[in-house]
Amino acid sequence: MSDLDALYQQTILDHARARSGGDLPESQTAAAPGLPGTGQSHQLNPVCGDEITLRVEVDGGKVTAVRWNGAGCAISMASASVLSELAEGLVPKELQGLIENFRELMRSRGRMEADEEVLGDAAALSGVSKYPARVKCAMLSWVAAEDALQQAVTTS
Amino acid sequence: MALVSAAGTQQHDTQQHDTQQHDASALDDVEVRRIRNDFPILSQQVSGKPLIYLDSGATSQNPLSVLEAEQEFYEQRNAAVHRGAHQLAVAATDAFEHARATVAGFVGAKDNELVWTANATAGLNLLAYSFSNASRSGAGNQPSQAQRFALAPGDEVLVTEMEHHANLIPWQELCRRTGATLKFIPVDDDGALRLEEAERLITGRTRILAFTHVSNVLGVINPVRELTALAHNAGALVVLDACQSAPHLPLDLKALDVDFAVFSGHKMLGPTGIGALYGRAELLDALPPFLTGGSMITTVTMSEARYLPAPQRFEAGTQPISQAVALAAAVNYLRETGMDRIHRWETELGQRLVAGLDAIDGVRVLGPKPGRERTGLAAFDVQGVHAHDVGQFLDDRGIAVRVGHHCAQPLHRRLGLTATTRASAYLYNTTDEVDQLLDAAGRIRGYFGVTTRGAGV
Ligand SMILES: Cc1ncc(COP(=O)(O)O)c(C=O)c1O
Repeated sequence: MSDLDALYQQTILDHARARSGGDLPESQTAAAPGLPGTGQSHQLNPVCGDEITLRVEVDGGKVTAVRWNGAGCAISMASASVLSELAEGLVPKELQGLIENFRELMRSRGRMEADEEVLGDAAALSGVSKYPARVKCAMLSWVAAEDALQQAVTTS
Repeated sequence: MALVSAAGTQQHDTQQHDTQQHDASALDDVEVRRIRNDFPILSQQVSGKPLIYLDSGATSQNPLSVLEAEQEFYEQRNAAVHRGAHQLAVAATDAFEHARATVAGFVGAKDNELVWTANATAGLNLLAYSFSNASRSGAGNQPSQAQRFALAPGDEVLVTEMEHHANLIPWQELCRRTGATLKFIPVDDDGALRLEEAERLITGRTRILAFTHVSNVLGVINPVRELTALAHNAGALVVLDACQSAPHLPLDLKALDVDFAVFSGHKMLGPTGIGALYGRAELLDALPPFLTGGSMITTVTMSEARYLPAPQRFEAGTQPISQAVALAAAVNYLRETGMDRIHRWETELGQRLVAGLDAIDGVRVLGPKPGRERTGLAAFDVQGVHAHDVGQFLDDRGIAVRVGHHCAQPLHRRLGLTATTRASAYLYNTTDEVDQLLDAAGRIRGYFGVTTRGAGV
């Protein structure tokens, strides 16, 4: 598989199209809802204009929903979709650990083997780490999730 | 055809007429291949494929003569300029000022009308801050002269909707500081300036009209003379962003009659860190300085200072000397090749680009339609594929292009897009390179699985 094909694996292209969790209405992106157990974060990559507003809901000690509204490249959209699927049902600590694991993988410049057990479909994004200019694309939703998760935890 | 009209210039530099010898023959792929030998970076491989550099609109590559000029300066003449009496200082000052004369001559200006800046952005900010210094009392120790540049509420600064952020934000900030109002000339769906709107917007309230000669996104060449005449009739000053014209077409700022202009060396075969601000001598000498400090003064006391005339008035502190010398070498390279020939070659490449891209299903090219005037660049949108992914696909084939908003967010918003892919050519690009880009562009939607009509990869 060429580096390009490793970057754009079928899983990634499928997620980029399906956009799991990408159904947060535009009308709800302006302000965080301010409900207990809910956090929301807006992230922008000024280099390419990729943008995401991501909401994390925590209830009964678990992440119950990750929904987002965003526009951007296949990598950033697929990454948000994967994250959304992975996060649901995790306890906040697990999600935080997952985010850290993913960040470490992205920063590895292709030197780290993705742990599919832990990362699931996000492992398919490991090809991104070879392209430092694209790491931000993949990280955008995860940075938003980290921020939103913290808000959700402190208000729940 | 003369590159720089002799009228109004009395340059001691006579090389500008060299181009006449070349004008008879057009550039062709054979000569371009010879030109490429002068650019060491172009022979490298990326991802195991020959580099196809189509990003000269962002920054250009340097010929050996430019690299050698900079090295020669450091090896033989390096010293502080305008500051020492020793022989090395004299040699350095001579090289520095000779470079100024060369670059000034290249754009039809006199030596004292060319101020060195770090780049075009620095030149535009210099202007905007000098205007706001004029807007405060006692500015520049010549309050009466500075008065003509002062802005106040009720005054208007006019830009266009296609500006690079560098020719927009400094004016936004100037208006914020002075209470003046910023307005803009809109573009139509093809990105052309709406001249009927320009006529309506240029009024007695307009103090500054700032616009780009050539759009870095659309490749359109704006009607400088027409806009300048409108502005001058209304008593406004004209600032021209020549970033995408100085490198690519014969430029005579005197003939265009603009009051100020800026350009960047790195886009015209020169090094980074050097650019220039042109201003009519009479204006530059009256404009208050922006940066102050060493090398720009006559007498200094503990409470005040007197300033030198232009250009030194605007060149506080140690200047980018070797970069200026190298930029002069770049200008000589361009002049020897012939700006008219370069322009004609890039026009050919630009038309090849736009015609080829336009023929691809699902690709929309911004700016003038095929057959209409444009420079050697084309920005395009691939339906269903984000520009970042387009750029990645091309990069994998060794093709370097720019992706994103190209520092022109308002223009992209106006055209209903957030990001596009831009291929921009220069004198060292071949028709074969353009064809390889076109071939690759035709495969993008298939690769990303968005081909709707089963055209496939
Ligand atoms: C039209 C235009 N104006 C201004 C600039 C700014 O040039 P620089 O970044 O060299 O100051 C550029 C280059 O990016 C440009 O294309």
